[in-house]
Amino acid sequence: MALLEIRNLHASVEGAEILKGIDLSIEAGRVHAIMGPNGSGKSTLAKVLAGDERYQVTGGEILYRGKNLLDLAPEERARDGVFLGFQYPVEIPGVSNTYFLKAALNAIRKYRGESELDAMEFLQLIRERAKAVKLDESLLQRPVNEGFSGGEKKRNEIFQLAVLEPMMAILDETDSGLDIDALKTVADGVNAMRDAERAFLVITHYQRLLNYIVPDEVHVLVNGRIVKSGGKELAEELERSGYALFEEAAA
Amino acid sequence: MSATTKTLDELNSRGYEAGFVTDIEQDTVPPGLSEDVIRFISAKKEEPEWLLEWRLEAYRKWLEMTEPNWAHVRHGPIDFQAISYFSQPKRDEDAPQSLDDIDPKIKDTYDRLGIPLHEQQMLAGVAVDAVFDSVSVATSYKEKLKEKGIVFCSMSEAVREHPELVRKYLGTVVPSNDNFFAALNSAVFTDGSFVFIPKGVRCPMELSTYFRINAANTGQFERTLIVAEDASYVSYLEGCTAPMRDENQLHAAVVELVALDDAQIKYSTVQNWYPGDEEGRGGIYNFVTKRGLCKGRNSKISWTQVETGSAITWKYPSCVLRGDNSVGEFYSVAVTRARQQADTGTKMIHMGKNTRSTIVSKGISAGRGEQSYRGLVRVTPTASNARNYSQCDSMLMGDQCGAHTFPYIDVQNPTAQIEHEATTSKIGEDQILYCNQRGISTEDAVSLIVNGFCKEVFRTLPMEFAVEAQKLLEITLEDSVG
Repeated sequence: MALLEIRNLHASVEGAEILKGIDLSIEAGRVHAIMGPNGSGKSTLAKVLAGDERYQVTGGEILYRGKNLLDLAPEERARDGVFLGFQYPVEIPGVSNTYFLKAALNAIRKYRGESELDAMEFLQLIRERAKAVKLDESLLQRPVNEGFSGGEKKRNEIFQLAVLEPMMAILDETDSGLDIDALKTVADGVNAMRDAERAFLVITHYQRLLNYIVPDEVHVLVNGRIVKSGGKELAEELERSGYALFEEAAA
Repeated sequence: MSATTKTLDELNSRGYEAGFVTDIEQDTVPPGLSEDVIRFISAKKEEPEWLLEWRLEAYRKWLEMTEPNWAHVRHGPIDFQAISYFSQPKRDEDAPQSLDDIDPKIKDTYDRLGIPLHEQQMLAGVAVDAVFDSVSVATSYKEKLKEKGIVFCSMSEAVREHPELVRKYLGTVVPSNDNFFAALNSAVFTDGSFVFIPKGVRCPMELSTYFRINAANTGQFERTLIVAEDASYVSYLEGCTAPMRDENQLHAAVVELVALDDAQIKYSTVQNWYPGDEEGRGGIYNFVTKRGLCKGRNSKISWTQVETGSAITWKYPSCVLRGDNSVGEFYSVAVTRARQQADTGTKMIHMGKNTRSTIVSKGISAGRGEQSYRGLVRVTPTASNARNYSQCDSMLMGDQCGAHTFPYIDVQNPTAQIEHEATTSKIGEDQILYCNQRGISTEDAVSLIVNGFCKEVFRTLPMEFAVEAQKLLEITLEDSVG
């Protein structure tokens, strides 16, 4: 059984239908990429998976580890291993990155029936993971994302991913606004976490990221529907021909 | 129904009986204010003649004053003749005999705030015998303070034991005709705290009202006076995080602080008076005058307040920076929810040379709460090189609350440097979702975000108080989002 199974998913925001019947099945250990032009519904799919209440699911279902994901509150999804790397990570003034992450990790560990990490264990863990994703250690004590550059914010998302170790990681345009070095670091962070248990859904506008995070499958999302699926070569094809062809097909 | 109310009802049902004021044996006077009532209070407290005269003078001035109406708050008229201005503390046999006798809801809040058992008993007004342990703790603290020459007692006791000190400083920072409510307080105050720190002494502990014995039921017109002599230091904690209920709706306290050369006073308040029900009915009106005088050179007065209670708050802890190089600070977190209204802020009056002041105000409004920051920074012609930094941040939760800022700046010396920053933010759905998506529940997310917002203020509180204040905010803002 797939780790994540999306069946005929319809979703709207403020009354406008954005997702018009998505079918997608992601097996454990696989990396799927979703590509599509602006406004095709990529971020809506990410937000629906995270449980953002501003998006209404109007049809279809989502099964995650055999459970109805739509029945779970956002924090329950997170504790059960669904992680969203945000396109625009928010700032939380006055709350240190470390404090925030400790609250998150302990909530997740508690859900899993594990004991909370003590201060020393936790500090050791985050130092090690920060190093792995080349996050400047000084950012650990700074307020969450406050005053971070665009690149630092994205790196911080990958850092959180590395600490929280989810089962199903969704990365929403993690590559946007990154220079090539930052892009490689982010990709290295993701690649280091690929294993037989964990799955990734990488959402991107550009093929560039997929040179570094090589997907097992690529899906093209246009106008709220997946219009084509294939292997990594599909991304390259898109890079050459653009979305125009698919947009016509979808229209 | 409490003993006091019962007595009042009995008195009322008997109707007016002339001559009641001369009956010193009585524990309570019927509602109403007159010179006779003031004479009664003063006689009951066995006060010296000068204090009675001082009260009467305040009363006469009060009669000529009108209630201020400039604050951004709304309430019905207050009938000052309907208030009873004197009642004796409850007798032990009328008090709850143990914590089992108090409202389980209040007990639950005590537990969640992590308040130790003996303090819970004191707060709940459990009969003194039952809290014997805590009283003896307080007594041993008192001994320790006495060794250092520190005076820490109720105002009534100070009037009896140290009349010369009280007479020297009472009303020197907040004159009896300062404002309508201060004048009323001066006329009818019943009790409060008195602190005197002698020259060169650093008070070895946080002075907290917990440890003050014989001070139960200080009443609605509390009067506090703190004097720090040259090069002394004191940190004073007022109030507590536990919910405080009171049958008196109007509270008009006065707090005066005097810091002489090189002295420092740190005054921290956590105010959690009953805010009324969801519609604001029955909540406390808290109209307080708090002012510190940095009288000496290099003196420093620091106010920190966490205000979560009361239906209406009208409060501006201020610093008069008269000594050269003196420093004034004001750190405030105020929360209004349901129908609460708060008009609060500070005044920094720079008079000495090289005086500095800092204002950090954090206002959180939820539900249908209305909150205003009102602050004055005044630099008089003599205050060369004065500096002020003000930061006023407001956070809104929901879309039916209000936040307002009224900063007044009055600079009469060209060398002054004044900075004012203000922000208004809303707890964003995006912030909540971000926390949720990392496994953090909405309740924890709100408390995380709010505590982050208030961090600059909380870190100025004494450690234990800070932890309690954080929990208090959590409990107060529960269910405010989502």
